[in-house]
Amino acid sequence: MRRDIFQAIADPTRRAIILLIASQAMTPNAIAEHFDTTRQAISKHLHILVECELVRQDHQGREIYYRLELTKMKEIDQWLDQFRKLWESRFNELDNVLATLKNDRK
Amino acid sequence: MNSNLAFDFSVDKANNTITVKREFAAELPLVWDAYTKSEILDQWWAPKPWKARTKTMDFREGGHWHYAMVGPEGEEHWSWIDYQHIQPQQNFKGLDAFVEPDGTLKTDWPRSAWDVTFADKGEVTLVEINISYDDLAQLEATLQMGFKEGLSMAMEGLDELLPSLKK
Repeated sequence: MRRDIFQAIADPTRRAIILLIASQAMTPNAIAEHFDTTRQAISKHLHILVECELVRQDHQGREIYYRLELTKMKEIDQWLDQFRKLWESRFNELDNVLATLKNDRK
Repeated sequence: MNSNLAFDFSVDKANNTITVKREFAAELPLVWDAYTKSEILDQWWAPKPWKARTKTMDFREGGHWHYAMVGPEGEEHWSWIDYQHIQPQQNFKGLDAFVEPDGTLKTDWPRSAWDVTFADKGEVTLVEINISYDDLAQLEATLQMGFKEGLSMAMEGLDELLPSLKK
């Protein structure tokens, strides 16, 4: 199964994990302490996040740290940008119409 | 677009709303007309290469706008807005729907409530559009209509994160 960034953020717990490790890499235990669910559940979410390539594992000694691949988040922004473009093109057209109307009234 | 004009677009999945804010370099009465008169709407409402074509419009509370988006191949998508509330040159609210060419409602298509507010800023007019859906499914169905990919997405906490990524 191919996973992508949108699966990464589809789940509220995973969104919370993303925010949690956005500023600093954390061990799975440290992450799990922030949630009421079981460590297994958090571990499963982390696994999915890794499959989505949004999260990378770094080994430091005996510890595993999870860190975000922030550039991956840009895919969400790019997806949203399509709507922005739709509105922008519509509004740019309105800019033109308004400029024409203004001249007509003078 | 004049880069000095504000433009803001956001999707709020928690409240099933889309908010768009945009300034226009024209005085309020003109911008109001552009949003509420069919002969002007027809000139800009459809994103290119589509064109908007009004069948009937009656801009008053209880009135409606019935129009088609016409594609480059001549394909037509018909829409209908019921105007529910109008405060001249300040705000109007309407209920948006997809319809058949004769105006019959397509009941299994998403409907959205539009709340459009105009703010006079002298040379510039700020238009804020709030579009809200009854439920997330309808919001997502609407998003899905234009774009197949990527549906389960979105924002909440990420909204706050994204602007900092762009820097």
